[in-house]
Amino acid sequence: MNLTLKIWRQKNANDKGKMVDYPISDISPDMSFLEMLDVLNEQLINKGEEPVAFDHDCREGICGMCSLYINGEAHGPDRGVTTCQLHMRMFKDGDTIYIEPFRAAAFPVIKDLVVDRSAFDRIQHAGGFISVNTSGNTIDANAIPVNKHDADDAFAAATCIGCGACVASCKNSSAMLFVGAKVSQFALLPQGQVEATDRVLNMVKQMDEEGFGNCTNTGACEVECPKGISLENIARMNREYLKASLKG
Amino acid sequence: MALDSKIPKGPLADKWTNHKNSINLVNPANKRLIDVIVVGTGLAGGSAAATLAELGYNVKAFCFQDSPRRAHSIAAQGGINAAKNYQGDGDSTYRLFYDTVKGGDYRSREANVYRLAEVSANIIDQCVAQGVPFAREYGGLLDNRSFGGVLVSRTFYAAGQTGQQLLLGAYSALNRQIGRGKVKMYNRHEMLDVVVVNGKARGIIARNMITGEIERHSAHAVVLGTGGYGNVFFLSTNAMGSNVTAAWKAHKRGAYFANPCYTQIHPTCIPVSGDHQSKLTLMSESLRNDGRIWVPKHMKDVEAIRAGKLKPTDLAEEDRDYYLERRYPAFGNLVPRDVASRAAKERCDAGYGVNATGEAVYLDFASAIKRYGKEQAHIKGLDENDAALVKQLGQDVVRTKYGNLFQMYEKIVDQNPYETPMMIYPAVHYTMGGVWVDYNLQTTVPGLYCIGEANFSDHGANRLGASALMQGLADGYFVLPYTIGDYLADDIRTGPISTDSPAFEEAEKSVRDNINHLINNNGKYSVDHFHKKLGKIMWNKCGMARNEQGLKEAITEIAELRAEFWKDVKVPGTNDEFNEELAKALRVADFLELGELFAKDALLREESAGGHFREEYQTEEGEAKRRKEFQYVAAWEYKGEPKDAVLHKEDLVYENIEVKERSYK
Repeated sequence: MNLTLKIWRQKNANDKGKMVDYPISDISPDMSFLEMLDVLNEQLINKGEEPVAFDHDCREGICGMCSLYINGEAHGPDRGVTTCQLHMRMFKDGDTIYIEPFRAAAFPVIKDLVVDRSAFDRIQHAGGFISVNTSGNTIDANAIPVNKHDADDAFAAATCIGCGACVASCKNSSAMLFVGAKVSQFALLPQGQVEATDRVLNMVKQMDEEGFGNCTNTGACEVECPKGISLENIARMNREYLKASLKG
Repeated sequence: MALDSKIPKGPLADKWTNHKNSINLVNPANKRLIDVIVVGTGLAGGSAAATLAELGYNVKAFCFQDSPRRAHSIAAQGGINAAKNYQGDGDSTYRLFYDTVKGGDYRSREANVYRLAEVSANIIDQCVAQGVPFAREYGGLLDNRSFGGVLVSRTFYAAGQTGQQLLLGAYSALNRQIGRGKVKMYNRHEMLDVVVVNGKARGIIARNMITGEIERHSAHAVVLGTGGYGNVFFLSTNAMGSNVTAAWKAHKRGAYFANPCYTQIHPTCIPVSGDHQSKLTLMSESLRNDGRIWVPKHMKDVEAIRAGKLKPTDLAEEDRDYYLERRYPAFGNLVPRDVASRAAKERCDAGYGVNATGEAVYLDFASAIKRYGKEQAHIKGLDENDAALVKQLGQDVVRTKYGNLFQMYEKIVDQNPYETPMMIYPAVHYTMGGVWVDYNLQTTVPGLYCIGEANFSDHGANRLGASALMQGLADGYFVLPYTIGDYLADDIRTGPISTDSPAFEEAEKSVRDNINHLINNNGKYSVDHFHKKLGKIMWNKCGMARNEQGLKEAITEIAELRAEFWKDVKVPGTNDEFNEELAKALRVADFLELGELFAKDALLREESAGGHFREEYQTEEGEAKRRKEFQYVAAWEYKGEPKDAVLHKEDLVYENIEVKERSYK
């Protein structure tokens, strides 16, 4: 396949940045999107130009590091995949592909397509845990049976990879799906009940401080989420938040 | 220096308890005066950093990713072993110990493995308390499945993403301590050297990967939890950034490097499809619970399949060769990884590979789908003879168990594995070798510890499935936090370590010199050019089967490639910016040294054991042939070039287990 790439280039956080055109040829439909970018970078290096910086690591859809906004969609046109699992067979010969970073006020650009998502970490520092020391002196794992449906729902919420596609897809740059997933995981498990009140209040407070926008229920986040995290998690967080506010 | 493994005296089952009772402790007030650096935030590093901070130490944690949650433990799929015996199928601490030592082909240290089995049950309790959502049965209790090389079901799991859930558990514990200010987290930092002051590890040199700044960090002890070195093969199931640099720099500063040739080639990975490939993807071993591995029995069918004239689903049962079930009736498809990989290679070398490259075998779920489907139909009171219904019900069960893996397969290969068998082939996955550590997980450099995959200790020559997660968390949560106290007890009056010393000066200078050389080299070829070449040498000559001639060639070729690299590598950009090519160049430079030591170690080891298969040493049936005279750990001391490395032996003594022919028949 022969393609035209239009890629966001930005030297550093202070640079203004712009879209730059790169023609690329002989791309195999079996390549992953990032392997296509590897080919481009190899060509740029050989020409003495700066390669395009992008985040990536596991390349199997689980680490959450890759983060491209492709043709106006987080992780591109395929569903249920991260950019590293997007394959070139999703495109046609002669296509023009727009490649931008995940954009949000809370995700400043570091370079080219690389953004700073440490705001997500800080929300987790505020309450994304159960305060139990790792002494090994806890109760037996089977001491508290957990309803299988609750356990499955907790797991489904916990599969969030923290990539930020929800924020990038949201017109308000809201992080409600990300935060809702973590709050839900613990809200659904008996172990999470003890600190439920503080957890939801603290995490939401930190989320607001980081500059993420509000949720207006458009649902774009759920559509673009590579792990299919459900909007129900936002509803559950809202209920948890209301409960906690009434208590607090 | 003599190698002292510091294994405590006394009966095997009492060693760890007695040891914990007799080592020195640091009182809570004094812990506040002590700093510990932890490099790497995977299961081992992340859990260690969190636990040390809970205990009261001041922890500085480092990772090269943009968040500790992205360490490659996240990608572990199948599960974690623990001797809980929840299934009542005869499991025990001893059995887990026995299976692990046997699975490792009698090349691991008894006392370490026993301790691992002993603390395994605690890991599950701990993770459940942290809110890790393991798979459960309808009664609300935890579910288990079986993994290769064992006859019990002791593997706990969370669909096909157990590593993710366990790592997020450790990450949550870490976050709690970051929030409390007890852990200072350095994301996007790469450790580029260990600093040894007066014979003790007292800090590291790290590069801020956003600004390029070279930083000095001091501490009373340094812990490396930096993972394995599978990427020396270029193509592996490791993440793109996984590297040997931290471990290798430690080696160059005096830590012995043990058994580098013990590499795990995992039997079930998606086959290589072309030259563009940047990494390989694992299909979890858990799939072998339900998938059956086969190739056609007759060459005419192989040819027809390759030519696209025959579909695998059209081939009659009697025309299929379920070669693992045929060769190993007792363990069948669940033989250990090294055995399964070699068996796949044997069939493909004989010409029975089922894809265009001839390097693929089938992993087939049709019988499992039928079995589960009938079971569900029966439970639901539906017609068990309705083939379409049974298939649909069976697929639903398989989807719950392995859905994410099936989706990954479909996205990469563009075939639907619910309808047609998967194609798989072995790929580099895990490295059993690593930095040599004693029973306390301390390297040969005082104050320098190494945990998780980065060390060598627990898996011998072959790791059993679902044991890596167990070891990472055991080391980080339950072993290191005790043993490091014994060392740090002598540091309660030391006070803060200054970074303003000749040792820090020298280490920083050597890092800067290296970087300057690479940046100003202006050579002809990219970093990947050299990395791919190295990978080809490693795979062809140090891969699934090795021989004397090939290994000798590999040693020469890698040394030549290393010289070319330093002469001709091209690294664009500057040091003082985000520069991925520079980061890659620094990692590949170390792989080019490790690769040579790897081949040298494989050449020395004139036997076959686990993942190390020397063609000269095999039984008549083509199985690995161990030799008594190699019942030792080969620990290498750095002396300049890899070829000059000096061998130290730690003899392996088996007092509680009989060393015998490893059979899975």
